[in-house]
Amino acid sequence: MTAAWEMVIGLEVHTELATATKLFCSCRNAFGDEPNTNICPVCLGLPGSLPVLNRHAVELAMRVGLALQSRVEPSIFHRKNYFYPDMPKDYQVSQYDQPINVGGALELPDGSRVGITRAHMEEDTGKTTHVGGGGGRIHGADHSLVDYNRAGVPLVEIVSEPDIHSADQAKAYVNELRSILVAVGASDARMEEGSLRIDANISMRRAGTDALGTRTEIKNLNSVRSLGRALEYEARRQIGLLEAGEAVVQETRHWNEEEGRTSSMRSKEEAYDYRYFPEPDLVALEPPAAWQAEVGAALPALPAARRARLAEVAGVGAGESVATVVQQGLDRLVIAAVEAGADGRLALNRAANELVNRPLPDPTAFATVLKMESGGRLTATQAKAVLAELAESGGDPEAIARAKGFEALAGDVVAEAVDQAIVAHPGEWGRFVGGEAKLAGFFVGKVMAATRGKADGKAVTRLLQERAG
Amino acid sequence: MTALEIARDVRGGARSAREVVEEHLAAIAFREGELHAFNLVLADEARARADEVDRRVAAGEDPGPLAGVPVAVKDNLCTRGVPTTCSSRILDGWRPPYDATVVTRLREAGAVLVGKTNMDEFAMGSSTENSAFGPTRNPRDPSRVPGGSSGGSAAAVAAGFAAVALGSDTGGSIRQPAALCGVVGLKPTYGLVSRYGLVAFASSLDQIGPLGATVADAALALEVIAGHDPADSTSIPQPPPALAGVLSDGVDGLRIGIVRELMGGIDADVAARVAAAAAALEAAGAKVDEASVPALGLGLSAYYLIATAEASSNLARYDGVRYGLRVDGEDITAMYGATRAAGFGAEVKRRIMLGTYALSAGYYDAYYGQAQRVRTLVIRDFEAAYASYDLLLTPTTPSTAFLLGAKTDNPLAMYLSDVCTIPSNLAGHPAVSVPYGTGDDGLPVGVQLLAPALGEATMLRAAAVLEAAGS
Repeated sequence: MTAAWEMVIGLEVHTELATATKLFCSCRNAFGDEPNTNICPVCLGLPGSLPVLNRHAVELAMRVGLALQSRVEPSIFHRKNYFYPDMPKDYQVSQYDQPINVGGALELPDGSRVGITRAHMEEDTGKTTHVGGGGGRIHGADHSLVDYNRAGVPLVEIVSEPDIHSADQAKAYVNELRSILVAVGASDARMEEGSLRIDANISMRRAGTDALGTRTEIKNLNSVRSLGRALEYEARRQIGLLEAGEAVVQETRHWNEEEGRTSSMRSKEEAYDYRYFPEPDLVALEPPAAWQAEVGAALPALPAARRARLAEVAGVGAGESVATVVQQGLDRLVIAAVEAGADGRLALNRAANELVNRPLPDPTAFATVLKMESGGRLTATQAKAVLAELAESGGDPEAIARAKGFEALAGDVVAEAVDQAIVAHPGEWGRFVGGEAKLAGFFVGKVMAATRGKADGKAVTRLLQERAG
Repeated sequence: MTALEIARDVRGGARSAREVVEEHLAAIAFREGELHAFNLVLADEARARADEVDRRVAAGEDPGPLAGVPVAVKDNLCTRGVPTTCSSRILDGWRPPYDATVVTRLREAGAVLVGKTNMDEFAMGSSTENSAFGPTRNPRDPSRVPGGSSGGSAAAVAAGFAAVALGSDTGGSIRQPAALCGVVGLKPTYGLVSRYGLVAFASSLDQIGPLGATVADAALALEVIAGHDPADSTSIPQPPPALAGVLSDGVDGLRIGIVRELMGGIDADVAARVAAAAAALEAAGAKVDEASVPALGLGLSAYYLIATAEASSNLARYDGVRYGLRVDGEDITAMYGATRAAGFGAEVKRRIMLGTYALSAGYYDAYYGQAQRVRTLVIRDFEAAYASYDLLLTPTTPSTAFLLGAKTDNPLAMYLSDVCTIPSNLAGHPAVSVPYGTGDDGLPVGVQLLAPALGEATMLRAAAVLEAAGS
């Protein structure tokens, strides 16, 4: 990315809601079942069938909206008309110009803020597998198989303002959004199972200008990594065009993960005319204020609030380890450890670096390890080893340390090793005393060798400084 | 025999349901070849069902208010395991895996289903000539149409094939054929009867209703099929109005308005019958005068945009992928095209194209949007009228039954036969067509009574007065 250009990115994130049943019928909403087993006249769109809105889906959609600081407004459903074999009715029931959640914002761990335009409800389509040629796409395929288990699964589409200005920020936005969706119980947000899918709109403009350039929309982004790669690629492609004096064509582009490039799917002129009109088989949706209040009151603490609280308790500023600890759901553990007397910064760092994707240790035991380390009874390396064991197998930190031979050395043993090292290396000592501070490492190394790593590096340094006067 | 009499006799053991159904099957055997009221006659099933009703009576049980009553249902109502064609080739071979809510309610009331009736394809038409399986003829004069789109249901009742029948009414498709065949046809308030299992034409206008030989039979059938259904989101969540007890309450003191805007373009003999009906209501104690409901004159144009727009979307699903007809093509788009070209008739294609156009980007506001604004005006003008009147009176159709083929080359002339019936669909209000004598040609004339939402009871009181005065 050249500094002369700025990315302008808006994201559309589709997330499947974690309801027990589909949006308009009582079929199971489940991933991975035998194809075409969770189907009925309604989600197959059989003649004469009619949709009935799932109340729990509305509640989860409201949770998403309230968590994104949206206003929950009276809304209606529209029909989005187009032909595709995995769409049983050949129209999709979706919200259009009167969505349930309007406005809002998402605050990212780095403190930046991305506006939310809307978060509306819609039904998912079935899933088509194109077989025999065509590289998995419909054109050139020999035949296609359709699984309607996913047809009618409730989705919320969260549309951001074009407030995102880098691929990293886009990735951070999606990660933050996923944390929120999981935190409020709206979705499992598993991208690998397709329960969270992203379309990205991107345009480029000269740095320092405000006008919006012509955008392209990239479809088929099903991982945060793909999102980042596709945006970087598309930015380079657009800059290339613009710097060559050519125009970016407004179009929908397909991301090819293997080739690492985007390619044109359809231009603005070829864009579908969806012929939206209000869905006459459903009535207006107006969640009563009392219901909204109930849903809002039941929302758990959201990641941004949890980060603020964690930073405050740990006595640190907002930073990467705070974000990691919250994202990994380790914040309650760290706070408990601090409340049990552990050092905040140390607790954060150890949690962020040693406990990610590990079973949660007992908070008291975690605090004990941290206190042993702060008190000099364990070296950093030893503390990490004890923590690893504690997380995997549990147990008493003191006992684990003893079993590993990590008993802290008595102070005089360390002092004696320091003195022996000084005596054995008078030349180096002279230079150290003369101000060559980096030689501390040399002596710490000697002491560590002599004590087989059991000495605390910090204590050794302190002793060296005392001896040097 | 009326449905009320049949149910009374069967419940009381005076007649067997089997005996009743055999009479009706005999009538069908005698005249169905000439009239073609049915797409499918369910003779064996009807006999088995009648025997079941008789067993229940013998066991001391009450099979319900329609015990042993032979009924016919329009072929756009889903019947489990029984072909449901909408008189279209596109549904070739399709058997619904479920019953429409109204079909379930008929069965639970003890009715005996004798067949699925012919109709204009997907209920698009006013003569039952737009059927893929050939037209139905009017039992009163087989050279004439029975009206449509529920022409098969109207003919079945008029010919004595069934005591009552169900139709669907999107712009007059129950009332217009009822008028042309000389039977009673009732379109209920939108939402009073569940649409679950009614193959949609225009969802915001479609409503299922009964056709019967008498007002009391239509009321009885409506009581059976009405009531909230959680499977239809537009179903009214309250108990339906009670009807049977009020039919003889008369019209003394009711204010009834003859709608001036719907008297233009009406044949003189039909207009004369409306005037005679007004006089009869006045003689029974109602206060009748002329009412103006200006927006009703705009109804037809708005209707043909809203109905076709919704139809273009509702009929998209007939694409050859999952059920019904499939005509193979080189790729999926060609298969869609070939299937729909072969499966739909000319009128259905015409309306899909009209509706697609009305919803297209750049035209939506001028057509669909404007039509919805007219719809709002129609509702507003009705509301204003009902501040001064309890009921409104109009002709049901501008003329008596026309000859087969008379309007098939002129879609607009055909559309105009619905001018008086369409406003009730736009407003979601109930309306009933009651036979009231004959025209100069000796063919039946129907007059129409309109009421505000859920005004069925008052409306049927007046219908009963007209029925008594006309016979």
